[in-house]
Amino acid sequence: MMASNYNAKEEDGHQPAAIGHGGAGTVKNKKPDNTAFKQQRLPAWQPILTAGTVLPAFFVIGLIFIPIGIGLFVTSNNIKELEVTSQLIVPCYNCSQSYSWNSTKPCTCSVPFSLDQPFESNVFMYYGLSNFYQNHRRYVKSRDDSQLNGDKASLKSPSKECEPYRTSDEKPIAPCGAIANSLFNDTLELYYIDPNGSRTAIPLVKKGIAWWTDKHVKFRNPGGNDNLTVVFQGTSKPVNWRKSVYELDPSDPDNNGFINEDFIVWMRTAALPTFRKLYRIIHKKPNMTPTLPLGRYILEVTYNYPVRSFEGRKRMILSTISWMGGKNPFLGIAYITVGSVCFFLGIVLLIIHHKYGNRNHSADIRS
Amino acid sequence: MECKENWVDTRTVYIGNKEPPPGAEAYIPQRYPDNRIISSKYTFWNFVPKNLFEQFRRIANFYFLIIFLVQLIIDTPTSPITSGLPLFFVITVTAIKQGYEDWLRHKADNAINQCPVHEVQHGKVIRKQSRKLRVGDVVLIKEDETFPCDLILLSTSREDGTCFVTTASLDGESSHKTYYAVQDTKAFITEEDFDTLQASIECEQPQPDLYKFVGRINIYSDRNDVFCVFFRPLGSENLLLRGATLKNTQHIYAVAIYTGMETKMALNYQSKSQKRSAVEKSMNAYLIVYLCILISKALINTVLKYVWQADPDKDEPFYNQKTDTERQRHILIRAFTDFLAFMVLFNYIIPVSMYVTVEMQKFLGSYFIMWDDEMFDEELGERAQVNTSDLNEELGQVEYVFTDKTGTLTENNMEFIECCVDGYVYVPDAICNGQVMPGSTSMDMIDSSPGPGGRESEELFFRALCLCHTVQVKEEETVDGIKMGIHQNKATSFYISSSPDEVALVEGMKRLGFTYLRLKDSHMEILNREDEVERFELLEVLTFDSVRRRMSVIVRSTTGEYYLFCKGADSSIFPRVISGKVEQVKARVEHNAVEGLRTLCVAYRKLSVAQYEETCHLLNSAKLALQDRDRKLAEAYDLIEKDFVLLGATAVEDRLQDKAADTIESLQKAGMKVWVLTGDKMETAAATCYASKLFRRSTQILELTTKRTEEQSLHDVLFDLSKTVLRQHSSMTRDTFSGLSADCVDYGLIIDGATLSAVLKPSQEDSSQGNYKEIFLEICRNCSAVLCCRMAPLQKAQIVKLIKSSPEHPITLAIGDGANDVSMILEAHVGIGIMGKEGRQAARNSDYAIPKFKHLKKMLLVHGHYYYIRISELVQYFFYKNVAFIFPQFLYQFFCGFSQQPLYDTAYLTLYNISFTSLPILLFSLIEQHINMDILKKDPSLYRDIAKNSLLRWPIFIYWTFLGVFDAIVFFFGSYFLFNNSTFTSNGQMFGNWTFGTLVFTVLVFTVTLKLALDTHYWTWINHFVIWGSLLFFVIFSLLWGGIIWPFLNYQRMYYVFIQMLSSGPAWLSIILLIVISLLPDVVKKVVCRALWPTTTERIQVASHFTSVTPLLAKRTKVLFE
Repeated sequence: MMASNYNAKEEDGHQPAAIGHGGAGTVKNKKPDNTAFKQQRLPAWQPILTAGTVLPAFFVIGLIFIPIGIGLFVTSNNIKELEVTSQLIVPCYNCSQSYSWNSTKPCTCSVPFSLDQPFESNVFMYYGLSNFYQNHRRYVKSRDDSQLNGDKASLKSPSKECEPYRTSDEKPIAPCGAIANSLFNDTLELYYIDPNGSRTAIPLVKKGIAWWTDKHVKFRNPGGNDNLTVVFQGTSKPVNWRKSVYELDPSDPDNNGFINEDFIVWMRTAALPTFRKLYRIIHKKPNMTPTLPLGRYILEVTYNYPVRSFEGRKRMILSTISWMGGKNPFLGIAYITVGSVCFFLGIVLLIIHHKYGNRNHSADIRS
Repeated sequence: MECKENWVDTRTVYIGNKEPPPGAEAYIPQRYPDNRIISSKYTFWNFVPKNLFEQFRRIANFYFLIIFLVQLIIDTPTSPITSGLPLFFVITVTAIKQGYEDWLRHKADNAINQCPVHEVQHGKVIRKQSRKLRVGDVVLIKEDETFPCDLILLSTSREDGTCFVTTASLDGESSHKTYYAVQDTKAFITEEDFDTLQASIECEQPQPDLYKFVGRINIYSDRNDVFCVFFRPLGSENLLLRGATLKNTQHIYAVAIYTGMETKMALNYQSKSQKRSAVEKSMNAYLIVYLCILISKALINTVLKYVWQADPDKDEPFYNQKTDTERQRHILIRAFTDFLAFMVLFNYIIPVSMYVTVEMQKFLGSYFIMWDDEMFDEELGERAQVNTSDLNEELGQVEYVFTDKTGTLTENNMEFIECCVDGYVYVPDAICNGQVMPGSTSMDMIDSSPGPGGRESEELFFRALCLCHTVQVKEEETVDGIKMGIHQNKATSFYISSSPDEVALVEGMKRLGFTYLRLKDSHMEILNREDEVERFELLEVLTFDSVRRRMSVIVRSTTGEYYLFCKGADSSIFPRVISGKVEQVKARVEHNAVEGLRTLCVAYRKLSVAQYEETCHLLNSAKLALQDRDRKLAEAYDLIEKDFVLLGATAVEDRLQDKAADTIESLQKAGMKVWVLTGDKMETAAATCYASKLFRRSTQILELTTKRTEEQSLHDVLFDLSKTVLRQHSSMTRDTFSGLSADCVDYGLIIDGATLSAVLKPSQEDSSQGNYKEIFLEICRNCSAVLCCRMAPLQKAQIVKLIKSSPEHPITLAIGDGANDVSMILEAHVGIGIMGKEGRQAARNSDYAIPKFKHLKKMLLVHGHYYYIRISELVQYFFYKNVAFIFPQFLYQFFCGFSQQPLYDTAYLTLYNISFTSLPILLFSLIEQHINMDILKKDPSLYRDIAKNSLLRWPIFIYWTFLGVFDAIVFFFGSYFLFNNSTFTSNGQMFGNWTFGTLVFTVLVFTVTLKLALDTHYWTWINHFVIWGSLLFFVIFSLLWGGIIWPFLNYQRMYYVFIQMLSSGPAWLSIILLIVISLLPDVVKKVVCRALWPTTTERIQVASHFTSVTPLLAKRTKVLFE
């Protein structure tokens, strides 16, 4: 189609030029250039995949993947992880049963658990939710990034995407949208129970749980971090929240308002309906004692967040972290499997190559 | 006004736009278009709407427009940009291209429309712009000027009222043609004269046939107050066509009759019907499959969504409430919107860019044919020409080749070999030297005394050949056409004719002592053996046509005798001969035909004055007719050309084209069946077939000719033949099993036109006869070569059509050089024209034009093969990469509550097909060479590997689709297990859904690009640049896209996502792992198939690789094995 058009055009162009077209001139004009590209003779590397050439690659992949896999698997196994499912414990079950949004008195419950092994180095404390569709489309888009970035215009009139969490009492909601509205608001506290029975609160650090770029660039309070009360004047708190956004962490102005790290962590919507989010970090102690020695612990939960309606589950996870992250045997196993398969295929191909490869070559050369 | 007929389709043109004298007829000024040529499609104003309309008429563009509109209207998961931008891109690129082409056309049009012409007005010459010319204007054309419109020649500067014209730019024939001025206006030779001319021309309304024209000129003269009118018929010999150029004539006066878009040239610019390639058909079939997949995917998801949402807590959990308007919507509307939203989400499975890429590939790829040095012909100065790039890949699929003989297989460069007068053979000395004429022992040579009456008939024969032709003598100047130097006493001159046979004959006569000098004042001058100039008055020329297969002239000698000389094919002359040595001549003709020579018979008839006058009357009345003139002329010719006295016969050799035999052999080895379709007689054609190795010595010839059907009934002959063939066929299949198939007989079939039409004739009365076609096809299929002789042009097309519509629907290719091949070229799947000597009509109507027959070999075996593997990989790969792209999104719906949440960011969705993965495949499809072209040329059997659209069969398509699905599953679940409730950063922080999508996408882009890299057999630096470059581009783009808070976006979801992902070790490890897993099965499949069930192609690849890597070693092993 294209070429025909093109040619038609060429012919048209030729009409006036057709006069006095000498024979010799035509020869010169029409002779194609003898360049490697135009003659399709560019120098080229012409590899072909045969058993012979692929064999070494398979063995190499096998030899590289299996050690990596073993390394990953061992690392993953060395990571200590403990998961506490709070609802199974009676007091918390009661809390979940009797929950209502507008109860003023928070329901608290405590979950005892014990560590069989001491947790060395930094320990990361996660809360986990299951059956919670943070990746639902209506939910994912229900936010206003420019509002969260400190844009004053968006603060006063949030994006339409935030509906139905856009305005309340004809005042704009800050932060607007379903994600912000459903901020996880349970409070978790961890106590170590000494062998003598006394409870020691374990210091939980709430800084460094959000991406650095999120905290410093993507999320910003409108008009700096001072006087948040003034800035957020004329806005309304999200309907499900107990307190306003500027009251999230009054003790620390660098962790208040939109740049509250718990809030930022929540705002990064999870990929799958069962997810965990970083809650606190327990830094290792300067001396040689383990961060969490083995023994009995109590998890104190201020139960604010309802999950029963959608058959959700809440969990608390304590985990140490290596260079490859938390406990996940998948990668190690996958590497070992793929490595072995490659190795095995290598052997199969070797047999094929020896049995059939030579035959092919000789047959061709003879013919 | 005796023959006033009421024509509806005629126009009356008043020369000089002057009113006719009162009383002649009513002057009705008619409206005609001006002489503006508009080859452009658009104007400045209508470009945008018209172009858009045309583009959206294409089904794919329309589909994407619908998707785009759906995205605009309903609340969809992806922003309208994702489909709007690619669509906009595609539309804009196409529009710019078409706009540019149209601009060029405008420019060319303007150049033509504004070029000055000289118009004669009121006795003065006025310069005018060409576009202002009107019908009826008298114009003055000078030498070497191009005619601005279709003109009737009124007078010329030559005293005989002729002018010479070359129509090179119209039909490519560079020979000079003679046109004649109207007899009665010949005398008007100054501008003032035309002021006094009062005449009108009645002619048919414009029609595209370049060679047909009928009209009548009425000249009014007002002599002595007596009003009288002369009529004079006008024919195509008076009509000068726009685009032709005046040559060898100082100036002419002519009147415009068709202007502007009504000229025959403009009418001929209509495009031909579009041919579709087999690949395109498979592509459309695949598209339908994918459309079904798309719809079923959307349906499944919609249904599952509503099943899943049945629980209100899942539909609307407390954290994710709907708006009131959403709640109030009717469930059916919601379901329908959801269905549409899913369609939009998955719409990329039908790739918008595939059409663009395929089109670009075809368009750019066709340049390789034009650029090919090996398909350039030094002699002609021509290179291969691509008229449509739509069929590039079809060149690799050809199963039947239908070739013309003359000018295609043979040079059409005639050489006079001998003539035979009354059984005596004359051979020009130049040829006779040292050559013994085989079979001539029984005949006498020239030096033997021809007998008393022989001398006379010999000279008559030579004169006949010198007179009965339409050759022109061209002095000094060189021309592109046939160059034959006649070194006379004076300047160098050449014989020029549209028929090379005639030149060869006149040339041969010169060597035998009779030289044709020129045509002057209707007198033909001949220099005879005694160096005397003989003059014959040329009275009538009964021109050659392919139906009569003969031509005649009527001349008057100086002694006042009227002769009718006729030359033509033996079959058309012998029935009309009443005396002469028919038997001897017939024997010689047959002998020559077997030798592969072209024979013509020459006869004459002496006319009395009365007979001549009757002839004139017959001819004139036929010529005067405005309707059915051709039929009337043919009838007249038939009446005139009879009662001949046979003079003798000539033999002209048409040499085989360079490497014709080699080419045919290669084509046959490549599995193509070669049929020769020719208008020539059987013996000549068969000889050519033997010479070109179409038939071998071992070939058993089956004849299906009139001769045989005269003896037996057609029915019996057909059944006999089919029995013979089928017996052989069945024993052959048995032989293949027993491994003895090597030396089976192959068959060659010869059929002639008359028998063919009997075979093809649909007969109602007998049902058993209806099967003739099938029996005939069955016989043909089992013959390795078929020769069809005595074919009319239309029969050639019929044969092609017959094979095309046979049950296997084979791909046919027709190749020819002459106007008689055009119908077959247009009919076949691929039509190839040879830029031959019989004009350019075939080349103009073809899909591809090549200078010589031998170029067909490279065209098919190399270019066709390459284009086919390139485009099939392109098509398969496009579907594959889009399945791999979209299927993870489909899987993700199961994990996000069927909420149409896209997995990838908008930018990725948009750019995946446009920039991340587009260039490598485009480049691959342009320069991939799985085997070196030298090997492809050397080993034609490789062509069989791709026969029958083998790379686009359903199993292969399904394999690619499953590969895509497998890869998608690997990407998705690999990432899923990595993300499932676990951390994979070293600082304990978590990743969100966008990181998940980015991980899948990164693996996807790398996998599909590397998959292409694995398929690439020809790595030039460009491949390296494009493949690694596009991966690098993806990485750089992702870094940039996530590196900045983009102020114009209302979301910042990708901010630092890519960079954060790369900062995590396990992400790297899993990217590598997933790429390896995705590529593994394909590699294993390839390697194992190659080792266990190698195709010929793969064997050759290995072998050539082996030799190229270790040439010495290979040589040594070769020696060992031998």
